[in-house]
Amino acid sequence: MDTLLRLEDLTMHYKTKAGWVQAIDNVSFSLHRGQSLGLVGESGCGKTSVAMSIMRLLPYNAKLVKGRVLFGGHDLYTLSDEEVRQLRWKEVAMIFQAAMNSLNPVYSVGNQIVEAIVTHEPETGEDEARERVKSLFELVGIPKERMDHYPHEYSGGMKQRAVIAMALACNPSLIIADEPTTALDVIVQDKILREIEEIRRTINMSMIYISHDVSVIAEVSDIVGVMYAGRLLELGPADDVFKRPKNPYTYSLMNAYPSILGEKHDLVTIPGEPPNLLDPPTGCRFHPRCDWATKECREVEPAWREITKGHYLACHNPVRTEHGTAHNKTARRAPGKGGDGIGTSGGN
Amino acid sequence: MALPAATESKDVILEVSNLSKYYPVNQGFFTRQKSLLHAVDNVSFQVNRGEVLGLVGESGCGKTTTGRLIVRLATPTSGRILIEDTDVAEIKGQDMMEFRQKVQMIFQDPYESLDPRMTIFDIVAEPLNVNGIGTFEEREAQVEEMLSLVGLAPPSAFLFRFPHELSGGQRQRVAIARALVVRPSFVVADEPTSMLDVSIRTGIMKLMAQLREDLGISYLYITHDLAVARYLCDRIAVMYLGKIVELGNSEDIVKRPLHPYTKALISAVPVPDPAIDRPLPNIKGGVSKPIDPKPRCRFYDRCPESADSCAEAENPELRDIGGGHLVACHLL
Repeated sequence: MDTLLRLEDLTMHYKTKAGWVQAIDNVSFSLHRGQSLGLVGESGCGKTSVAMSIMRLLPYNAKLVKGRVLFGGHDLYTLSDEEVRQLRWKEVAMIFQAAMNSLNPVYSVGNQIVEAIVTHEPETGEDEARERVKSLFELVGIPKERMDHYPHEYSGGMKQRAVIAMALACNPSLIIADEPTTALDVIVQDKILREIEEIRRTINMSMIYISHDVSVIAEVSDIVGVMYAGRLLELGPADDVFKRPKNPYTYSLMNAYPSILGEKHDLVTIPGEPPNLLDPPTGCRFHPRCDWATKECREVEPAWREITKGHYLACHNPVRTEHGTAHNKTARRAPGKGGDGIGTSGGN
Repeated sequence: MALPAATESKDVILEVSNLSKYYPVNQGFFTRQKSLLHAVDNVSFQVNRGEVLGLVGESGCGKTTTGRLIVRLATPTSGRILIEDTDVAEIKGQDMMEFRQKVQMIFQDPYESLDPRMTIFDIVAEPLNVNGIGTFEEREAQVEEMLSLVGLAPPSAFLFRFPHELSGGQRQRVAIARALVVRPSFVVADEPTSMLDVSIRTGIMKLMAQLREDLGISYLYITHDLAVARYLCDRIAVMYLGKIVELGNSEDIVKRPLHPYTKALISAVPVPDPAIDRPLPNIKGGVSKPIDPKPRCRFYDRCPESADSCAEAENPELRDIGGGHLVACHLL
């Protein structure tokens, strides 16, 4: 498979009045064409910063300390601004957080997308662009008559769809989706997730999906990366990471939240709070909150190593047993999948 | 500390009957014709002493309005709310002070619900000051006790700090301490965990469950998240466009949903397991606004199971179909 995006030891700090915030620390991963990566972590763990680094949309106070972002073989940080601008939207597009507010209220939705197309592909005429917007609307499930309507005439879910259509406008090879469904209700969220998945598979596009919600990540990713306090702690094939999480943080994150499936189980609480990145803990950044922490964890930064094929881990003391919620497992393996009450069959 | 209950005859602490709240909406700039948004429409339910009832639904379904009506932050258009046999609408003057002690509310956003210029001590002690409970020393002791109860230990480390110095989870703990310091018997909790991060959220959920055990508080827990409701609540009421469509024991609702809307809602919840392929939720369209709704079933337009008879029939009432499982649907 050919590699589309590669991050090598990306380290980025923000300058603030209080000092340097170590927002991203030695993050490395690669993404193949057509693959989707789910980045999961809590607020402030650096997931959005990683996305912004890939788009080269960092604010003025950010400093790339070391590392490289290779996109299709080019090192993004050696290109000129103009070259990056050419790449943006045509090659890498982004669906922003709070997409509901990222549309301009005084232009019709269709015109905004036409503008994006014409700006990035000057050879395209306006009529041609309008035709393309029509087919994009069809793709994301908005009636094409709604093209000349304004954002306030759209519902939340439709605005989200329009923003997705805009991201797809120039056929990018990579889409970065930053919590695109967080503000939506579950039923709408579910529809949008399914649509994104379908479109992605149809046009063989790569995606980086950022979310704080482990369940959403499970639905949309081929590979999953778990971030904590600016570092990647674990990254691997989704099945592998969800079935056999190795990092105690991944394990806790997956068992910290109640499920509507299976039997009710006790929730894992992670004590304490995420660290202040002005002065992150020594060694493993998760050690102050980790039940398994040893002296080594407190002093030595764990190396980023491949433990099984494609499964990377940074931890001195990984979880050894199979993922603990055995009762959930039995329910998940129950035949017919509807047997645990998620089916629409009702009484069983 | 708890106030003596008016009567101990029943164990029903909150009884809501035929509660409605309509908001007028003007359709146009120059038109005088008024339409009504039926935010809460003829809703009835009970909460027993020591019970947690979850009120679940999508945004705009009227769950928060119901909560606000119960604590009298809004006045109902019609219907009755009885808390410990006191009619909430009738409370006046001095009795209001007593009512505010008995019934408290925890708000969604801990970044907005705390006064940034007050110290943690002032915030938590304010309900005591307002109600004139205890001497200063007693208040101090109570605030400290409450702070350690909500997991802000040692209290002395927090008393004289300001909200901006605390994290989201800690702030929500302060908000909970403030609500509980007057030892209410009933608390309306409006999505207290939805603004918090996963690792913090679990702590707050466990705390709410623990406080209920320790202090015997009854909750109305408002949330959009069925998994959270299942974890915390004894019973769950599912709301759709101002109506309760299904009410029953949490496990029944989650495992054997009967109303088509509840089924759709449950099958739309993402599952933390990539191996599971969820069935497609069988539901059309999106949520509309209940402005001058037709008298038929509110879910008719989106219902995958609707029969022709549903179009003509009146809005279905909640019916007990056995074992305290109530459903409002013509097809059952």
